[in-house]
Amino acid sequence: MSGPNTDYDPVEVTPLKSEEVDASRDAALAAIAAATDLAALKQVRIDHAGDRSPLALANREIGALPPQARKEAGQRIGQARGAVNQALAARQAVLEVEHEERMLVEETVDVTLPTDRVPTGARHPITTGSELIADIFVAMGWEVAEGPVIEAEWLNFDALNLGPDHPARTMQDTFWTDPPENHLVLRTHTSPVQARTMLTSTPPIYVVCPGRVFRTDEYDATHSPVFHQVEGLAIDEGITMAHLKGTLDHFAASMFGEGINTRFRPSYFPFTEPSAEVDLVCFVCRGAGVLDGASCRTCRGEGWIEWGGCGVVNPRVLTACGIDAERYTGFAFGMGIDRTLMFRQGIEDLRELFEGDIRFTTAFGTEL
Amino acid sequence: MKAPVSWIREYVDLPADVSTEDLAARLTALGLKLEAIEKSGDQITGPLVVGRVLTMEPEPQKNGKTINWCTVDVGEANGTGEPQGIVCGAHNFAPGDLVVVILPGGILPGNFEISARKTYGHLSAGMICSARELGLGEDHDGIIVLPADAGAPGDSAFPVLGLDDEVIEFEINPDRAYALSLRGVAREAALAYGAPYRDPADRAVPAANDQGYPVEIEDPVGCPVFVARTVTGFDPSAPSPDWMVRRITQAGMRPISLAVDVTNYVMLEIGRPIHGYDADKLTGPIRVRRARDGERLTTLDGVDRALSTEDLVVTDDSGIIGLGGVMGGETTEMSATTTSVLVEAAHWDATSMFRTGKRHKLTSEAGKRNERGVDPTVTEAAADRVVELLTTYGGGTADQGVTVVGTPPAQPSIAMAYDLPARVTGMPIDAAVTVTNLEAVGCVLDKGDTGLTATPPPWRPDLTDPFDLVEEVARIVGYDRVPSVLPREAAGRGLTREQRLRRRVGRTLAGAGCVEVISFPFVGDAAFDALGLPADDVLRRTVRLANPLSSEEPSYTTTLLPGLLKAAARNIGRGATGVSLFETGTVAFPVDHGPAPIYGVDRRPSDSELAKLFEAIPEQPLHLGVVLAGERERAGWWGAGREAGWSDAVGLVRRLGTELGVDVEVVSAARMPWHPGRCAQVRVDGVEFGHAGELHPKVCQAFGLPPRSAAVEVDLDFLMRHARDVTPGPDFSTYPLAKEDVALVVDAAVSTADVEAALREGAGDLLESMRLFDLYTGDQVGAGRKSLAFALRFRATDRTLTEEETAAARDAAVALAAERTGAVQRS
Ligand SMILES: [Zn+2]
Repeated sequence: MSGPNTDYDPVEVTPLKSEEVDASRDAALAAIAAATDLAALKQVRIDHAGDRSPLALANREIGALPPQARKEAGQRIGQARGAVNQALAARQAVLEVEHEERMLVEETVDVTLPTDRVPTGARHPITTGSELIADIFVAMGWEVAEGPVIEAEWLNFDALNLGPDHPARTMQDTFWTDPPENHLVLRTHTSPVQARTMLTSTPPIYVVCPGRVFRTDEYDATHSPVFHQVEGLAIDEGITMAHLKGTLDHFAASMFGEGINTRFRPSYFPFTEPSAEVDLVCFVCRGAGVLDGASCRTCRGEGWIEWGGCGVVNPRVLTACGIDAERYTGFAFGMGIDRTLMFRQGIEDLRELFEGDIRFTTAFGTEL
Repeated sequence: MKAPVSWIREYVDLPADVSTEDLAARLTALGLKLEAIEKSGDQITGPLVVGRVLTMEPEPQKNGKTINWCTVDVGEANGTGEPQGIVCGAHNFAPGDLVVVILPGGILPGNFEISARKTYGHLSAGMICSARELGLGEDHDGIIVLPADAGAPGDSAFPVLGLDDEVIEFEINPDRAYALSLRGVAREAALAYGAPYRDPADRAVPAANDQGYPVEIEDPVGCPVFVARTVTGFDPSAPSPDWMVRRITQAGMRPISLAVDVTNYVMLEIGRPIHGYDADKLTGPIRVRRARDGERLTTLDGVDRALSTEDLVVTDDSGIIGLGGVMGGETTEMSATTTSVLVEAAHWDATSMFRTGKRHKLTSEAGKRNERGVDPTVTEAAADRVVELLTTYGGGTADQGVTVVGTPPAQPSIAMAYDLPARVTGMPIDAAVTVTNLEAVGCVLDKGDTGLTATPPPWRPDLTDPFDLVEEVARIVGYDRVPSVLPREAAGRGLTREQRLRRRVGRTLAGAGCVEVISFPFVGDAAFDALGLPADDVLRRTVRLANPLSSEEPSYTTTLLPGLLKAAARNIGRGATGVSLFETGTVAFPVDHGPAPIYGVDRRPSDSELAKLFEAIPEQPLHLGVVLAGERERAGWWGAGREAGWSDAVGLVRRLGTELGVDVEVVSAARMPWHPGRCAQVRVDGVEFGHAGELHPKVCQAFGLPPRSAAVEVDLDFLMRHARDVTPGPDFSTYPLAKEDVALVVDAAVSTADVEAALREGAGDLLESMRLFDLYTGDQVGAGRKSLAFALRFRATDRTLTEEETAAARDAAVALAAERTGAVQRS
């Protein structure tokens, strides 16, 4: 373009005529308004605001005007283009919102479709139940002790004041390894773990021992030759039956709910003296024995459930295990984990625990 | 122990309004645990009434029998007051006798409903009852004839026959053998109510003299006391009195004959087992000694037994005539013709009794008492009571001779501080309460300033230690009074690392879709055969049981797989299309360090003794087993499902390794029960800890599992031992990532792990990660070859890598892979 054309009169440039500019602007605005989707609007943008749109072409002609006319023409074109761009932006926003809304509707799926591509796993209720019990005691500052299931006869019997003539030591009750002269048994209780703990550590001792035990019982709905037990042992200065009662009441409440406590009945265990049976307030009828007008099924109307055995550790046991029986006293208790779960979870047949049917176990999930 | 309440009340003056339930509850609180309360007439529904026989017409029948057509006055019990016509087959009664009649509508034991029915040409409206029909024992010779003062016609027969009697059944703990008698139960009842007690064993007995049957005790330890009394002129056909039959039956024993019933009755009453001999069959003096090698005896039950030198035997000149305290012999057994009875009341050593009973598998009411301990001071009273009953009801006369050999063993003295009961029970028990309660159970006390010395009563052989006395004091004070107090806070260290890791393993597997099972850890050859284990496989060396549940599974298992595979097959059999199971459990391997020692219990074994004990115990590592059978991922709207395979099994082990921070190495291996071409041995630092992969097709078949089922078995203890303890925080760079993909062609037999290792080493420190993203076999690489495509990711810790640096690292990686594995880069 040549230098400023200051000498000329205003030149007529058709595209820059006010009516032409207005017409282009109006055409653009009409097209914008008529665009019904983002693709159409994109074409409108090219046609009416692109490099080859009438307004863009008109803009290029401004240089052809004499200087005194340029300002006015520039303003006119600028306003027109501004109006078009504003309309485009507004329309764009509207169409984007519309588009998104439509897409979200179109992408709707049936969220009730199954999602079980990989089957669910589960841990065994005896495992999770044992962990629950362990956690209750760990929270009281106790530790969890364990030991082998094939155990020395001396640890399973003698050390626990079950002398050579104790009835439990017969082949009728205990699994012996072959030959019996090797003095190895499948432990009949988890008490040998208590003996091991006393033999290898010094008081204070607060341990809970969950584990698998064996007796030559027949296998039926309520008996199994393989079952699980948890026993507890506390050895300290000044331990009394009252501490035993307090511990079991706390255990019962933690396992079965506030207000569920225990009662003691005199009993006999070689390991303890004095000894007691522990009954648990029935957590279903809460001790009433009746539920909805009928005799409670869980406790058979007694209001109490037999839970286990306990007592003050017999000083003979302390002596055999190297604990100073003059200085320390202790208490011990034991109960069946399987049986506890049976009445806690309402399991009717003990054998369900050992069949490995996934329908049984998955019902319990991964925690109890 | 079954104790009729009326019998208990004979020795203790309980308040009349004490209910049987209350009595049972109080005795339970004292340690005699209630098992059940039963009534002997529980199975009978009335009307069961007293009747007076008015007339009886004997009517011979064609079958040779004679029946009696009777009319019986049953008062108003039949609603009319008219005599009741009843046909009766028995003959042991006469008009005027009082009998027991059940009227139509009544029910007898066995759910036997009585109705009026036509029989022998009469309408018989009811039945005249025998003892057997009422569940009251055996019949002697027909129906029950009641004593003349038993009641009036129409009275309920329940109280007359004791059918209203309530019987409490107790579970008696081994330390309370004294409660295996009414004498003992009543004593506890007296204790429970503070009621006056009469000891049935407290009776005047004739003094011992030298005119009795000669008895010699050669083993006074085994048999400290032997009392012998003789009754002659006894009528063997004399019936036992009804009251005795009733009580024996209520106590759960069977009436047999007067002589036997009397001995059983006295045993129930006083607790002392009695043996009766046919005195005419005895020859020469009675001797008590231990059996000698090779001696035998045929006991009353007809079993010929080889005796042990520990067995106590009773002999006469003919040889052995009884297993002392346990069971008599056949040769001197009382019979239906016995007219002279020698009554033996002897005290036997409890341990010998237990051992003999166990050795000969003999359990009897007598043995049960003798092996738990009987009051040694009641032998004379018991024998005298037997003589009294035999002469009263059997018509004989008591011999003047009274043999008493030996003396009861002395009772121990137990010293106890007064504060011990409080110190042990946590109850505020003072010296006065202690003294009162110990005296209440029969202890004789020598009271000092700070403590006492107790001599327990002779019926309490279980009381030997101060803590035994504490239990006596505590149970009388009441266990319900024990306060509930938590011990002081213990300074526990929480779960051990191994316990925490075990939980993590379980959760990881459950998270991977596996369901935990618990199997019985018993195994036998059948399972090993099904696993295809060779004859010399280490897993076949088991810890065997002396008395297994089943001879098919005589050992503690060495592998978790049999239990898991059976459980998987059971699930498939029950309709599951896919099942993933896991189990963590100990297995056992024998060790050869000889027998485990048996030490004394009067002191702790020394450390070296303990070490010897521990090392004799079989090795019992914790294993983890997994079985994956059938569908591992389900088919669904998303597409096809996927069957479990070798890679799931190996993947689970790798996943566990990641969870526990252990670098698990995988190498191919061949080991039954796995498919020889699809079995991975897993290792840590080159040490094997188990296997994973697809099961051998034969194994799947043997266990009834779907083809290509996969399994894992690893030593979990080993894996957990290698778990990372403290994880160092990772150091990672944020400079840009440089990506290089390489495809390498190798021989099909070359393992991916080897190629990977070479690439990793060759790439050097700049390699951040590497992953196999494609595996190709086929025409493009040629037969016996495979193409492995790896994505290599490079990054430096301190700068942006140049293209040249990255390319150089890649080339070095490929070069080393080529050198080590013959890999050729695919263009
Ligand atoms: Zn209940």
